[in-house]
Amino acid sequence: MSLVARSLEAAGVPTLCLTSAYSITESANPPRAAFSDLPLGNTAGRPHEPEFQRELLRRAFAAVEAIDIPGTIIDTGMRWDAGDAWKRRATSTGLSRGDGAEIDDRRQRLDTPQYQDEADRLAAEAGF
Amino acid sequence: MLPPVDYIELTRATYDALGYAPYRWAERPDQPPWTPLAGKLTDATVALVGSGGAYRRGQVAFHWRDDTGIRLIPTDQPATDIRVTHFAYDLEPARDDPNIVFPVDRLRELVDEGVIGGLAPTAVGCMGGIYSVRRTEEDLAPAIVAEVMSMEVDLVLLVPV
Repeated sequence: MSLVARSLEAAGVPTLCLTSAYSITESANPPRAAFSDLPLGNTAGRPHEPEFQRELLRRAFAAVEAIDIPGTIIDTGMRWDAGDAWKRRATSTGLSRGDGAEIDDRRQRLDTPQYQDEADRLAAEAGF
Repeated sequence: MLPPVDYIELTRATYDALGYAPYRWAERPDQPPWTPLAGKLTDATVALVGSGGAYRRGQVAFHWRDDTGIRLIPTDQPATDIRVTHFAYDLEPARDDPNIVFPVDRLRELVDEGVIGGLAPTAVGCMGGIYSVRRTEEDLAPAIVAEVMSMEVDLVLLVPV
């Protein structure tokens, strides 16, 4: 997304990137970013907590007016919970195991449409 | 509190353990392009772009091998018809509440609150995890730029996963 943000900004459109992967965003260096310390897959907040999600966005949008140095990443201060258990889980993925097949927990990068469920496939194929 | 999870280091360690060559993350140490926000945030019309693999029921889903396509998703409807697909993150929470990767409902509410001026009628879903920086910059980014330029918006909110 950082690379897309840079392209948009070069085309004359201001951007704001949310992120929960600080190092990746820092490396690709978008014009403006707002970091929230949340597990991967929850970039815009905890599920089914609309006020948490709104507050994250309010703080992120405040960054648009606050940031005046290109490449700044602000911290929204939004956290998953008081503890660090999710981080320990995220960083322990298979690395202590010796078997490569188990270490690699990514799904196979299939080149056919990967529908959420069968009903979606049918809806798409029917051309709805 | 532990520091933020370093996914670059985590990927490097995983690839090392697998005997793979290091994954090459995009590195752009130069000063990023910059366009100031014209006017106030409270007057700004915002477009949503999300790379968590969001599509709408009835659309062809993304595939998982460097899919540089985009899906146009109307923002005047609740997120209940938004689906997500991606090879690299736990999809269950986002399938349960798509707003955590594609916050259309929340943005509509922030318009009502007056935090932002408006929400573009169309949002853009795309697929992150494209292993080729070149394809991201030469295929995906121009497609999104063209779509956004046709919308006349003041600000783009990008939500990666």
